[in-house]
Amino acid sequence: MSVQSEGAPAHRPTFAALSARDKLAKSAPFLLLPVLALVGLALIGTWPTWLTLTVSGLAMGMMIFVMASGLTLVFGLMDVINFGHGAFISVGAFVGISVLAGLGDWTGAASLALNIGAVLAAVIAAMAVTGALGWGFERVLVRPVYGAHLRQILVTVGGLIVIEQMIHVVWGPDEIFLTRPEMLKGVTLFAGAAIETYRLLAVVVGLVLFVAMRLVLRRTKIGLIVRAGVQNGEMVEALGYQLRLVFVGTFVAGSTLAGLGGVMWGLYQEVITAGMGEEMMILVFVVVIIGGLGSVEGAFIGALLVGLLQNYVAFLAPKLALVSNIGLMTAILMWRPEGMLPVVRAK
Amino acid sequence: MIRLFSGEGPRSTILALILIVIGLALAFAPFLFPGVRALETAARICIFVVLAASYDLLLGYTGIVSFAHTMFFGLGAYGVALASTHMGRGFTALGVGTLAGLAAAVALALVIGLFSLRVRAIFFAMITLAVASAVTVLASQLSAVTGGEDGLVYQIPRALGPAMRLDLEIAGVTITGKILNYYLVFAISLALFLLMLRIVNSPFGRVLQAIRENDFRAEAIGYRVVRYRVTATCLSAGFAALAGSLWAIWLRYVGPGTTLSFEIMLDILLMVVIGGMGTIWGAALGATLMVLAQSYLQNLMALAAGATEALPILSRLLDPDRWLLWLGVLFILSVYFFPTGIVGRLRARAAR
Amino acid sequence: MSEPILTLEGVETDIGRYHILSGVDLEVPRGQVTMLLGRNGVGKTTTLRSVIGHWRAKSGRILFDGQDITRMPTPAIARMGLGFVPEDMGIFSDLTVEENMTLAAASGPLSPKRRDRIFAAFPPLATFWRASAGTLSGGQKQMLSIARAMAEERRLYLIDEPTKGLAPAIVSTMAAALRELKREGASILLVEQNFAVARTLGDRAAVMEGGRIVWTGAMAELATDAKLQSRLLGLSVEGV
Repeated sequence: MSVQSEGAPAHRPTFAALSARDKLAKSAPFLLLPVLALVGLALIGTWPTWLTLTVSGLAMGMMIFVMASGLTLVFGLMDVINFGHGAFISVGAFVGISVLAGLGDWTGAASLALNIGAVLAAVIAAMAVTGALGWGFERVLVRPVYGAHLRQILVTVGGLIVIEQMIHVVWGPDEIFLTRPEMLKGVTLFAGAAIETYRLLAVVVGLVLFVAMRLVLRRTKIGLIVRAGVQNGEMVEALGYQLRLVFVGTFVAGSTLAGLGGVMWGLYQEVITAGMGEEMMILVFVVVIIGGLGSVEGAFIGALLVGLLQNYVAFLAPKLALVSNIGLMTAILMWRPEGMLPVVRAK
Repeated sequence: MIRLFSGEGPRSTILALILIVIGLALAFAPFLFPGVRALETAARICIFVVLAASYDLLLGYTGIVSFAHTMFFGLGAYGVALASTHMGRGFTALGVGTLAGLAAAVALALVIGLFSLRVRAIFFAMITLAVASAVTVLASQLSAVTGGEDGLVYQIPRALGPAMRLDLEIAGVTITGKILNYYLVFAISLALFLLMLRIVNSPFGRVLQAIRENDFRAEAIGYRVVRYRVTATCLSAGFAALAGSLWAIWLRYVGPGTTLSFEIMLDILLMVVIGGMGTIWGAALGATLMVLAQSYLQNLMALAAGATEALPILSRLLDPDRWLLWLGVLFILSVYFFPTGIVGRLRARAAR
Repeated sequence: MSEPILTLEGVETDIGRYHILSGVDLEVPRGQVTMLLGRNGVGKTTTLRSVIGHWRAKSGRILFDGQDITRMPTPAIARMGLGFVPEDMGIFSDLTVEENMTLAAASGPLSPKRRDRIFAAFPPLATFWRASAGTLSGGQKQMLSIARAMAEERRLYLIDEPTKGLAPAIVSTMAAALRELKREGASILLVEQNFAVARTLGDRAAVMEGGRIVWTGAMAELATDAKLQSRLLGLSVEGV
């Protein structure tokens, strides 16, 4: 086949290389993390305290990321706002903790294997229930209001209220206290500071999840479909993919992750209430906003920023803790009104 | 007569009748329903009608979804509380407090309104949620100023207090300061409500509706959408603050739980949606329904829960503490099946 | 004379309150290139989009290879073997060229043979294989858009204005690629504003006006009749 076309150089295109300024702009969000950490170190002063707070912050951030990732992906792909996301967090926590309570022998044992086994069982149960709940939620509440943001907000808030109340019906009106499994209690000596074992675990789990999500999104065909769908759902359908199924799958994945986040958070706080999901939603929203709707990386950075900031400020100026997150959100929106790493939509 | 004030009537005989009944019931509440509880409910209805209507101005007429409305309510309430605490009892304190709260609310609304222009509508909704919760936490934490979690208790003019008794009896009820307080609340609430009706049925209100339908078009025709939106936000905040001030005068107590809680925000949302968005009348209807439900439905549910004790799940579902569950279900149903709310439904019937 | 691969019967499509198609009757013969011509706004794009299902026909029938696809959801229609190249190219800018192509080969991995053919037809895609599709120039994006349609064997290609806004050099690349498809016996329904390109590629022509087809016939007939061109397409008598 002979085709002569001008304007197609055989060499590596140089214009595709970004200027130093553009490179900085692209990586700026990622750089915020070490910058914040260093500022924290400067203000806090002592290494062990800083390390403890940083690990706490990262742990908290990871858990918020787990909860927020589903929400941001659902919005990016389906253009759906789910104000009821917090319900999945709460339900996940209650189911997980109930399973954990039932496996008292395992959690009480001085065996890490049994402890982890119990936690895994709790997590799997929580994820199964919230996944199913998410499926139902999408079918019944969300599907009829595709494309109508106001109604989505209203309906999902309604769903949140109803599910929260149902938690009360099933588990009673009171909060439930719990203790962590035996081997996950207490502290571990890490790099010169005594860090709560569970928090270290949370950081590890969060990292693993983030890496796993990135791999799925970047290396698998389904991840490809999701990333393409976020940009141009219509074209994805025109290529033969059933975007509807991908939607449902993403929504269920999101609710499952929220359930996982709920269990993790419950173990972190050592108390669960029906309203805990609702309370977390404030931070989840802040994270999703500053990360950029639809961006998993953005949510990751945003969550870690929020976690770190919250812990640093709680130590330095306790009364300003929650307000500091609003301040962070305002600052970032002033800098980038669409969030740090917004997804470019074709529409 | 309603037409005189608002230019747009209820447009449905049934609705008009219901509203008249509500109006009369509230006007003569102290005499029709003697007792402390009934009066409390009536006052609560008056104030929440104004609050819900102010939210409808925002949500129903301007199309802006905000979860920070209780902030303005709280500003009005805390204004009166702080003024009364620091200036001593008296009408001056009430006046100063109300004006201060109003000014603060409008100023804050201005800032928020301008900020909302930089971000998308969805962002805005989420941001208001975050801001509202921050303000609630702040109010609890700055206890030196706001009395923290416990709130502020203060004195109001003696003339409005329950201790004051007039040598006057109407329909077997002695006129006390409390009743005078009630009529103050009622009169001002009515005035504010009618004022809001006037506003939405004025040219300004019509432009708002046009913007809500299609803001691109409105801008193209020549209306500065930004100005209208910000003005509507400020008006909405102002009315909410005034409602808050009335609440403070009535309760003689202000705290984060009575003014800033998310429960109240949800209540207002439910009131407006169930009643009918973008109608103002809907807010009145919704508020009345919700407050009555809160006060009396729970009793009913307690009875029902007791009666079904044999079936634990049913009993727990009917537990009076679970009234929000049923309201939530009603809310969801109304979004789907009555998107125009009760008012919309009644009007549709009347039109047929 | 074999059955047409695509038939539209009395198709009416509305967009919102606007009647765009008011009864389109069209037959696209097998193995030929049918040009859909007409001025701006007559409904050419809407016709293609109605076939692929992005917009639902209000009434009428659309038959693909004998099957009624009027109410079928878009993914099902696409999987029947329709390759769609939209007017706005529909490139996924955040994905690489390779990823765009992988997606386009929906039923299996992209065969190396096909990939090489695409590279031969559109060399820049080879150069930019691993680059983000958003960094491509307009012409290169258009190449990618058509290349995606070529990622698999398609029974019918629906192509919407592939040469719009492109430099002449790139237009000739496009034309060559489309000629190649034609040589292989593909059935193509092509919307093209550029009559010079249309006349060299098309076997048949269908002209639209006011939401319906007002003339169909052999391209040869339209190409040689300047008066007809002027009447139907508003082209100057010299015939571009």
